[in-house]
Amino acid sequence: MSVASTAPGASVEPVEPVEPLEPVLSARNIAKHFGSVRALNGVNFDVHRGQVTTLFGENGAGKSTLMKILSGVYKPTSGEILLDGRPVSFDSVTEARDRGISIIHQELSLAPNLSVRDNIFMGREIRTPIGIDFAQEARLTRALMAELEEDIDPLTLVEDLRLGQQQIVEIARALSVKSRILIMDEPTSALSASEVEALFKVIRDLTSRGVSIVYISHHLEEALQITDHAVVLRDGNMTARAPRADIDLEWIVRNMVGDNFDLGRPPGGYDFGEVALSIEDAVVTEVSGANVVDHLSLSVRAGEIVCIYGLMGAGRTELLEAVAGRGELVNGRVLLEGKDMAGLTIAERIACGLALVPEDRQRDGLVQTMSVGQNLSLASIRAFVKRIFTSRQRERELVDESIRRVTIKTSGGSAAIGSLSGGNQQKVVIGKMLATHPKVLLLDEPSRGIDIGAKAEVFRLVAEGARQGLAVVFSTSEVGECLSVAHRVVVMRRGRIAAEFGADASKEKIMAVSGEAVVA
Amino acid sequence: MAATHKVAQDTANGAAGNDFSIIRLLLEGRAFFSLIAIVLVFSLLSPVYFSTGNFLIMASHVAIYGLLAIGMLLVILTGGIDLSVGSTLGLCGVVAGALMQGVSLDAFGSVFYPSVWVVVVLTCALGAFVGAVNGVLIAYFKVPAFVATLGILYVARGVALLLTDGLTYNNLAGAPELGNTGFDWLGFNQFLGVPIGVLALIIVALIANVLLNRTALGRWVYSTGGNARAAELSGVPVKYTTITVYVLSGVCAAIAGLVLSSQLTSAGPTAGNTYELTSIAAVVVGGAALTGGRGNVRGTLLGAFVIGFLSDGLVIIGVSAYWQTVFTGAVIVFAVLLNSIQYSHRPKPSATAAAAAPSIPRKEPAS
Repeated sequence: MSVASTAPGASVEPVEPVEPLEPVLSARNIAKHFGSVRALNGVNFDVHRGQVTTLFGENGAGKSTLMKILSGVYKPTSGEILLDGRPVSFDSVTEARDRGISIIHQELSLAPNLSVRDNIFMGREIRTPIGIDFAQEARLTRALMAELEEDIDPLTLVEDLRLGQQQIVEIARALSVKSRILIMDEPTSALSASEVEALFKVIRDLTSRGVSIVYISHHLEEALQITDHAVVLRDGNMTARAPRADIDLEWIVRNMVGDNFDLGRPPGGYDFGEVALSIEDAVVTEVSGANVVDHLSLSVRAGEIVCIYGLMGAGRTELLEAVAGRGELVNGRVLLEGKDMAGLTIAERIACGLALVPEDRQRDGLVQTMSVGQNLSLASIRAFVKRIFTSRQRERELVDESIRRVTIKTSGGSAAIGSLSGGNQQKVVIGKMLATHPKVLLLDEPSRGIDIGAKAEVFRLVAEGARQGLAVVFSTSEVGECLSVAHRVVVMRRGRIAAEFGADASKEKIMAVSGEAVVA
Repeated sequence: MAATHKVAQDTANGAAGNDFSIIRLLLEGRAFFSLIAIVLVFSLLSPVYFSTGNFLIMASHVAIYGLLAIGMLLVILTGGIDLSVGSTLGLCGVVAGALMQGVSLDAFGSVFYPSVWVVVVLTCALGAFVGAVNGVLIAYFKVPAFVATLGILYVARGVALLLTDGLTYNNLAGAPELGNTGFDWLGFNQFLGVPIGVLALIIVALIANVLLNRTALGRWVYSTGGNARAAELSGVPVKYTTITVYVLSGVCAAIAGLVLSSQLTSAGPTAGNTYELTSIAAVVVGGAALTGGRGNVRGTLLGAFVIGFLSDGLVIIGVSAYWQTVFTGAVIVFAVLLNSIQYSHRPKPSATAAAAAPSIPRKEPAS
């Protein structure tokens, strides 16, 4: 345990003392509560000098919260952070950066319209009495690029760079402030295989120079290649911690997923009806022209719950939005009970019985300026319009019924939407779409960002609907949900269906097919 | 149920607390209280301010701003802005004036004098057309509302100047033998002691109020402004709603143009210059949020009265025109300041969501 293992493939391992290293950065009993929600409970972990420490965990396990605490975005509710053995407390990201801790977010924080040079020196331009010393900045930028062995001209606009190169620019920016600890949140999620390779080379190079890396990734296999230490979080608790030599993939998955919580089983005891939704040879392209959804076909029967599992970028959201009428289907068609949906607007599809609960409820699901009741009735206004006027009586009935049916904890329909918890807000979005009496309900990551109790209630609603003949398609990135909720699991990878599982699926099999854990 | 009720209440009051209920009352009714304050102050400063005659004159002025502001409110509620209303007002007034001079039909070699009602309908149709151009540019061609309506501001004003060659139509009375009298009825007549222009404002306000509160379109307007993406995904016809509000704003501008040229008994191409700013100010003073989704007709009417009564009051007590501009500007800035205070005291969705379910999962990679 005490001996630090060498990074696999690090042939250029420098002359580091292979002895118990003093940790550079330690978290001691870190807890973070948001209101009544405990995002983190007593987490301990160390970051060693010149080594890679990886955080593993499912969505909502608390990885990002922990990273935000280390990088000065949040303050912990309790516990302390030790930097070089001394307790520290950061009031801002700038303060953490000044102490040598930089974070590279998954969504890069570069200004695409500015050059590489301007991005690296953004906010701390080298100033002379008559302006910015561009020459000096460019020189330093060139030096950084040489250090990272990346041939990027300082004057190139960031938007002209490939994503992998943009990431290098972010790293260069972190190095330019003499960062000793670099936190990387999902750095490879949008990179191609060769770019990942290049990034890993940079990471090894950095560690050999004494920079410590904190790494977060959902690609377990990939992370195992680079990491020296593993820390696993689950529901805000640290479940395991070990050096690379002591662990394998199976160990990570076991500690990540756990098997103590069960959302139940898919509803049973009835037969599925006719095919309600059928997607035939669907193609959705993104701006660049690449196929995000690549000739995908899927059909769902009344009463059936189908789960689409996949990593980010697998094309789940694009598929569901195209089916609901938000995005454009380049090829193929969508049939609702045999009726072609081509050319129909979102409103017309809703009227036909095809409803989508979008992934991001703040951005796409709720109208924050309206009350709970107005949000609930928004999709079914026509149901309570008499001639041209809305009927308050009928609207109130509809809202009250929705609140009862989806069990929203609220003081009533007139409450502000912002007064609800995340789980209840999600139930409002679901209730709104259920009020349109859909035949097919699409839910994009319905459990995202809600606590485990609300999760169970959301899936109870889904099961109840299915029992009454609703065809349900939901997407998730939590493998546990697939098995306990869905009758059928479809694994999506790069826009295609990589595999389909029935009741015989297992977590390991699903994760293997999704590309998350490529078990050899 | 009682427990959940209390929890929700606590959250709602969390930021402001119950101790500040008087401040909250003042804050929420600020347009109303400032109107009372304005009337009181000017009544003390000038003996002529507090008289029926003066109130009627002031109300006639307010009618113009108010009509524009009601249309502007609809647009602002959807999260847009309509800078073209002042120009549309001018253009519609000029076209009404031109129609009153008679339309020469070369094919028949005669001049046709439309009756006043025909003029009114045609003018409103013109306002609707200008609004439709705005709406289509914004909804279908994705031109930002600010830019689209700014462009139309120039175009409409330019067309008005072209039509008249920069001159003003002074003869709007019509002649009995031509059967087109009655245009000044709009500006000068009274019904039960209320000027027709004010009546027009009241009717338009009532219609707008019913539209916003009791029709599907009203709900669409609020949801489009509150969150257009969510509205669209809920089946709200966002494009239709957008075009409709600009059309209605154009019609309001046309009505205001008719009332104004009737009041002035002349139709000039520069009429209504900068009125768009006054009407935006009225909407903002009335508590509507420029970001959309928040605001109501009652507040906007109060806002129009506040601005109208304030500027007329300043004229009556003999404050210089330059100072009037300064005062009006200060009132607008102050109103927006209060708006942001009021809206920040409400439970913010983002803040509460973060408290209830930490915002991490949102940023969390979806894989």
